[in-house]
Amino acid sequence: MGKGTLYRKRLRTVEVFASAAIYGASSLAVFLLLGILCYVFWKGWGILDPVFLTSVTSALKQTVGIGGNMVNTLYIVVLTLLVVMPVGVGAAVYLNEYAGHSKGRFLVEGAIEILAGVPSVVFGLFGMTFFGSVLHMGYSLLNGAMTLSCMVLPLVVQNTQEALRAVPQEYRAGALGVGASRWHMIRTVLLPAARPGIATGMILAVGRIAGESAALLFTAGSGRFLPRLDQGLPGNVWELLGKVKSSGGTIAVELYLQMQNGRYDVAFGAACVLLVLVLAIQVLLGAVGKGAGS
Amino acid sequence: MSKITVRNLNLYYGSRQVLKGVDLQIRERSVMALLGPSGCGKSSFLRCLNRMNDLTKDSRVEGEVLLDGENVYDRRVDTMLLRKKVGMVFQQPTPFPMSIYDNVAYGPRSHGIRRKEILDEIVEQALQDAFLYGEVRDGLKRPAGGLSGGQKQRLCIARALAVSPEVLLMDEPTSALDPSSTLRIEDLIKELAKKLTIVMVTHNMQQAVRISHDAALFLEGEVVEWGSAGQIFLRPRDMRTEAYISGRF
Repeated sequence: MGKGTLYRKRLRTVEVFASAAIYGASSLAVFLLLGILCYVFWKGWGILDPVFLTSVTSALKQTVGIGGNMVNTLYIVVLTLLVVMPVGVGAAVYLNEYAGHSKGRFLVEGAIEILAGVPSVVFGLFGMTFFGSVLHMGYSLLNGAMTLSCMVLPLVVQNTQEALRAVPQEYRAGALGVGASRWHMIRTVLLPAARPGIATGMILAVGRIAGESAALLFTAGSGRFLPRLDQGLPGNVWELLGKVKSSGGTIAVELYLQMQNGRYDVAFGAACVLLVLVLAIQVLLGAVGKGAGS
Repeated sequence: MSKITVRNLNLYYGSRQVLKGVDLQIRERSVMALLGPSGCGKSSFLRCLNRMNDLTKDSRVEGEVLLDGENVYDRRVDTMLLRKKVGMVFQQPTPFPMSIYDNVAYGPRSHGIRRKEILDEIVEQALQDAFLYGEVRDGLKRPAGGLSGGQKQRLCIARALAVSPEVLLMDEPTSALDPSSTLRIEDLIKELAKKLTIVMVTHNMQQAVRISHDAALFLEGEVVEWGSAGQIFLRPRDMRTEAYISGRF
C-alpha cells in the first residue's frame, strides 16, 4: 500500500482565482461586443425603413436617407479592391518569389511595415493634395479609392506574403521539377494554395475601407446623390461609370457628418446598415476564399 | 553507354564547399544508388543534375555535368527543357492540392498541351507506368490529398513520368513510407529502369542491394568509390566503403 491519497483535499486558491479571472475576462469581451451590437441596433432600428434605405437626405424633398451613401460605399469598396488586389498580390509575389534575399527586398518590406502604421488621416491629406490636386481627380470616388488603396496596400501585401510563405516548399520544387516555368508555377500552384490567406487580407481590407472616414472626407468627399438610371441602357452604363468622377460619401463618412450635426438617430441607422453591409461582404469573400480548399 | 558524365564538380553554398571534385558516370537505363551518411552531399549532388540547386540561395557550381554530351551548366541551357528531360521525385510525397488527374496533367499542361484526348492518354499512361492506374481509375477527379502515403508517392512518380523524362532523380523516395509501400516503389523503380535512367539517394543498404545496378559512396562531399553494385557491395576497394556498407559509420 502506498502512502497518502490521490484525492484532492481542497481547491487551490490560485487556481480558483485564475479561472475566475479568465472566465471573467472572456465573458466581458463577449458582452462588450454583443452589447455594442445590440445597442447600435436598438438605437438605430427605429429609423430603418425602405425610404431611409433607398433615398437620399434632401431638404427639398423632405427626405432623410442613406441610399446614396450605400451605393458610394459599394463603389469605394469595389474600386479600391480592383486597384489594390493586383498591385498588392503582385508585390507580394515579387517579394517572396523573385526578389531573393536582396537589400531591395529588405527596404521594400520595411517601407510596407511603416506604411501600415501611418494614421489614415495622413493618407487623406496625401490623397487630397496628390490625387486631388496634382492628378486633378478633385473630390471623387476615384480619388477616395486610390487613397484607400495606398492605405490598405500593406494589409494585402503582408497577408499575401504570409500565405505564400505557408505554401510547402515541395510544391515549388514539384512544379519546377517537371519543367514548369516559374510564372506557371505561381499561377497554377502557389496562388491557388495561398487563396484562403489572400482572401483573409481582402476581408481585413474591406473592413478598413468600409469603416474609414478620415481618409475619405477630403478625397471622396461627402456627395449623396444616387446615380440617375433613367437614360436607357448605354446612358445608364455611362452614368454608372462616370459616377467615379463625382464626389461621394460612404456610409461611414455620412455617419460622421450626421454625428457632427447632432442627428444621432440617423447616425445610428447608418451604423446598423454599415455593420450589416460589412458582415455581408466579409461572409461573401470568406466563401470565395474557402472555395479553393477542396 | 554513359547517360550522364560528371567531371570535377564542385558545389558551394556561400563559402561552404558541399561537393569536392566529384567525378562520376551514370549508365543509360540503369539504377545508380547514391549512398553515404547524412550531410555527405548526395542530395545536393542529385539536385545538381537538373539544376534544382539554382533555387538555393548563394549556391555556386564549378565543373561539368554532361547529359548526352551537353553540359547542363552551359549558359545556353533552358532549365525548363532540362527539368523536363531530367525529372525529380522527392522524399516527402507532396502532390499538389488538386485532383489526381490534374496532378499528373500538370507537367504536360505547363508545356502547353491543352487537348483533352492527348492529356487523357498521357495521364492514363503515366499512372499505368507508376503502378497506380488500377487503384485510382474510378476516381481520377478526386483530390490527391485523399490517397495513402505510398499512393501519393506513386502519384508523384506519375507526375514526373507524364512529361516523358529520360532521367529520373529520386531523393530517398521510400524513406517516408511503410515497408509494403516501399517494396511496391522498388518494383516500380526496377521496371522503370528498363526505359530510363534512375539516380537514387538512399539510406537503406538493402534497398540499394536489391535494386541498383551501380552505386557510389559519398563522404564529406567526395565520392569515395563508385562502380557496379556487385563490386561495391561484395568487393569494395576502399576501406571506408567497406566500413560504411558493413554499418560501421
